[in-house]
Amino acid sequence: MTAAASRVGLVIVSHSDMLANGVAELAGQMAPDVSVLPVGGTEEGGLGTDYGSVVEALADADSGTGVVVLYDLGSAKMTAEMAVESADDPSRYAVVDAPLVEGAVAAAVAAQGGASLADVAAAAEGASGETPASAPSRPALHVVPDAVSAEVLLTNEVGLHARPAALLARAVAELDAEVVVRYGDEEANAASVLALMGLSAPGGKSITVVATGKDAREAIRRIEELAERGFDD
Amino acid sequence: MGCTAADVVAALRAAAEVVKEHRDELVRLDQAIGDGDHGENLRRGFTALLSRLDTEEPSSPGKVLKLVATTLISTVGGAAGPLYGTAFLRASAAVGDLEELDSDAVASALRAALDGVVARGKAVVGDKTMVDALTPAVAAAASVDGEVAAVLSAAADAAAEGAESTVPMVARKGRASYLGERSAGHLDPGARSTSLLLRAFADAAAKA
Repeated sequence: MTAAASRVGLVIVSHSDMLANGVAELAGQMAPDVSVLPVGGTEEGGLGTDYGSVVEALADADSGTGVVVLYDLGSAKMTAEMAVESADDPSRYAVVDAPLVEGAVAAAVAAQGGASLADVAAAAEGASGETPASAPSRPALHVVPDAVSAEVLLTNEVGLHARPAALLARAVAELDAEVVVRYGDEEANAASVLALMGLSAPGGKSITVVATGKDAREAIRRIEELAERGFDD
Repeated sequence: MGCTAADVVAALRAAAEVVKEHRDELVRLDQAIGDGDHGENLRRGFTALLSRLDTEEPSSPGKVLKLVATTLISTVGGAAGPLYGTAFLRASAAVGDLEELDSDAVASALRAALDGVVARGKAVVGDKTMVDALTPAVAAAASVDGEVAAVLSAAADAAAEGAESTVPMVARKGRASYLGERSAGHLDPGARSTSLLLRAFADAAAKA
């Protein structure tokens, strides 16, 4: 688990064991180095939440930088909150009100990128079921004088789908750069996997990448390199 | 005369019996507007409590209440676990190390329990939850000047009335809230179980 040593962990609390595992599987695919632990069902395998298992998962998922907890329905939230309150240091845990699937994916990618506990929690809370690309992410960067931009051809078949979007977000996450991706009339913040996916940019088409900041050129270079490799599809 | 740890244990054993008797009724109520597990969840929790009471002898009323809290939290499995768990935990803290509970202590334990449930579940009166039974119970307990049994009996009566008041309500919390208007016309299972528990405590206190 040394790879996860510096990353925020995730705990998925659901009434259903299958649901918790499914969400953890989906989120984990985007974040190979993040501990995403599912906790679902009662001790006897029925539907419900098991307080003791949540307490254990919180401890197991915490590699030193804290844990973000997502839940499915009301009593899972209450169980999660009680488990956090019982911890030695409740401030290391954040129970977030977020859509379970989108929130877990967004949080996992943010955690993979090395984001702090507060930022991972914010990534989950900022994930909504609506088309993220249409939401204004931040001021349009084309007015910024020192912006660097490039047209990047999506050489893979599926285009900017879930996994490629996650790879792109991860590639620039640690850089000191603000990166925006445009496709057609839509614009997405490259820090948000969901916003990138919301662009629905298909394979064979080009996206425009605009970056500012100290590492702007490096951000563009990394995205071009990813695209050239076909996002390893 | 106040309630000793042994009296509180006796009241809880009586409550466990009542929960068992009403298991099917609570399941039916919950099937109508929820996920149908309330009766079974509570039965599981109180059965676990009985076996812990068989092996452990908490030395004060507060310690008994804390044992109830930790048992329910870890065994109930549904919303009733954290809610009743928090209620008993707060009640335990409210009575502290008292050797015996007098009426004032019982009334303040009930108040603390309600505050805990509200803090945990964020429900208010009118949301069609156990808060609709517990809130009038707390008010009634505070208004009675008498023995513990009288205080609990007034609380139980008020809780029963409060539970009945949930029938026409449209649920705004918990699984029933997903039904919207269709939740009206049904007794809330959480309010019902709250009223059953308080009645069991009152009856046990009257016998003590």
